[in-house]
Amino acid sequence: MNGEELQEIVEREGARQAALRHRVGVCAAAGCLSLGSEQVKAALVRGVEEAHLGAEVEVFGTGCLGLCEAGTLVQVESRQPDGHVCRCLYERVDAARAATVVRQHLVGGTPLAEGQLQLTDPFFALQHKVVLQGSGVSDPERLESCLAAGAYQALQKVLTELRPADVIAELTASGLRGRGGGGYPAGLKWSTVHKASGPRKIVICNADEGDPGAFMDRSVLEGDPHRVLEGMAIAGYAVGAEQGYVYVRGEYPLAISRLKTALKQAERLQLLGHRIFETGFNFRIDLRIGAGAFVCGEETALIASVEGRRGTPRPRPPYPAVSGLWGLPTLINNVETFANVPEVIRGGGQAFAAVGTERSKGTKVFALAGKISRTGLIEVPMGTPLRQIIFDIGGGIPGGKAFKAAQTGGPSGGCIPAQHLDLPVDYESLVQVGSFMGSGGLIIMDETSCMVDVAAYFMEFCRDESCGKCVPCRAGTVQMHALLQKLTRFEGSEADLAQLEELAELLKATSLCGLGQGAPNPVVSTLRYFRDEYLAHVRERRCPAGVCKGAAPPVLAAAGAGVAP
Amino acid sequence: MSAPGGSTGHPSGDKRFKMLDAALRRQQYQSDALLEILHAAQELFGFLSDDVLTYVGRSLKLPLSRVYGVATFYNLFTLKPKGAHTCTVCMGTACYVKGAGDLLAGLESAHGVKAGQTTADDQLSVVVARCVGACGVAPAVVFDLELAGQQTRASVLERVKGWRASP
Repeated sequence: MNGEELQEIVEREGARQAALRHRVGVCAAAGCLSLGSEQVKAALVRGVEEAHLGAEVEVFGTGCLGLCEAGTLVQVESRQPDGHVCRCLYERVDAARAATVVRQHLVGGTPLAEGQLQLTDPFFALQHKVVLQGSGVSDPERLESCLAAGAYQALQKVLTELRPADVIAELTASGLRGRGGGGYPAGLKWSTVHKASGPRKIVICNADEGDPGAFMDRSVLEGDPHRVLEGMAIAGYAVGAEQGYVYVRGEYPLAISRLKTALKQAERLQLLGHRIFETGFNFRIDLRIGAGAFVCGEETALIASVEGRRGTPRPRPPYPAVSGLWGLPTLINNVETFANVPEVIRGGGQAFAAVGTERSKGTKVFALAGKISRTGLIEVPMGTPLRQIIFDIGGGIPGGKAFKAAQTGGPSGGCIPAQHLDLPVDYESLVQVGSFMGSGGLIIMDETSCMVDVAAYFMEFCRDESCGKCVPCRAGTVQMHALLQKLTRFEGSEADLAQLEELAELLKATSLCGLGQGAPNPVVSTLRYFRDEYLAHVRERRCPAGVCKGAAPPVLAAAGAGVAP
Repeated sequence: MSAPGGSTGHPSGDKRFKMLDAALRRQQYQSDALLEILHAAQELFGFLSDDVLTYVGRSLKLPLSRVYGVATFYNLFTLKPKGAHTCTVCMGTACYVKGAGDLLAGLESAHGVKAGQTTADDQLSVVVARCVGACGVAPAVVFDLELAGQQTRASVLERVKGWRASP
């Protein structure tokens, strides 16, 4: 494959699409799939066949269309006689409605009056898509469709026009920071690996999205896997690596299967493998599948797991950039970071940096979930105020309930109360209010959620997921969880609160890795903002949210009490 | 002596070991592919018995302690046989705040099992997952391999009822 051949495929696919009257995209991401999107797609295909529209209508599965809550989502792009393309997005489509869409819209040419989402709605209008650009545009299982949407063009540019140092300079100019949570400048990391000496170098994509309540990386891998592979190949060229690994969670079977398909397709056209774009650059990517260990999201634990060992972290330095997989200099970034790379190359670092805040550039993908009207996947410029994300894009809290807290950063993050709703969301501001960007899970809680119970939930998570290597985390999470349970049983005292705070300091200061260091964060942040609730559990032996019942059920079983009607 | 590892097959003649051999060959008997091999073995056998672990260890030339250590470290590997059907309740944060605990409590009381256990007739295993990444349609439950969103206590029990009734 060379540039001309790529262009040929792009043009052929473009012409094919232009000849169609309607392109019907059915959301085939995990959310809609679980609501039956496969049956919807089958009904559409059947309807199109029966109407003999096969030549003018294409029905395909797309990446996440965003608004999971209104699934199954179906997008119809219709080409008007004047060449203009008009786009309709149908919500809550089932097989019966799919038949109506075929009859009225595809055959009759009139879009359905009801059941359509307005694309001018803030949910769509306030978003800014970079990473999710391809989701909904291309069919993640057809390479031609992805190529027509621009896949691998940045890689071609890099290999034929830029030197590795130019790529790193561009990335540095973009201000892109690691999207896995820590926010380490990507340009700096790449240049460290570029300069490191070793017989070989490795690129690893961290797709071990372990935070409960986060599904951004999953959606990117399912909706646009080639974008991630392209980002990795560009990284390989920039740092001088010929081997890459994607370490993906075992809990994501669909993402794994789409990645496998994408890898095969890219290898067949020599977009990966030997002599890519007929240059001297070789880059191979292999999949490594995790087996359910949260700690493997930590980079040194992940490396141990790729090596086929127990996923336990080790002290840093040396950092993986110097000594990583098998002691070789290793670049590790997460899915979303790599997915941003093609855009940095295409548009240039300066243009990328035009979006966002002073220190946090570009966009961030968030998974909106919990007690919020519009659950789903969104991408907004860095610095968008929390209030806008929750109330304008997310549609606020359902059932007339009051907002209580937004949880970011998963089990290492914190709960942000109403008084900080006007906070522009970026790396620094979240840390300032005691939380953490994390990978982008944003879970909204209303007045029926008990913050002591939530703290106990996260501590139980960390207790179970602690790898056991270092004592502060192994023993500390057990002690902290026991104290929190005492509180939810109304058996706690104010001395217990003091002890919790003391242990929180200890874990933070002395744990080996981010899991133990971050484990106290949910406790610390809820104690900081919702101390009243803790005190009600201690002094008045009651739970203001009505979740904790005072008996001694395990935390997980007690959750039922907190369900909204 | 046999060529690398256990390519001579397993004395029991169980065909699944032949398929495991194929997976081992694909990984060229590299010891760092231990996780991949354990995934393959669990897919073939349903769980990792002592026999299978020993076989994998010999094939990859790894001490059994290492194989056992890895198999017990990761949540997705199971050393005990599972029921004919598995109902996995997601306990991710989004599902949790939307009442996943209630779904689990319903299953536990209706079928007399705790999370992580299998019913006495070996028909149903109830499992808890950390997060299946379907937070947009929480609460989510995985019935065998099929993911279902926006579940209720009643819908879960209805779905599982059929499994236990069938012989």
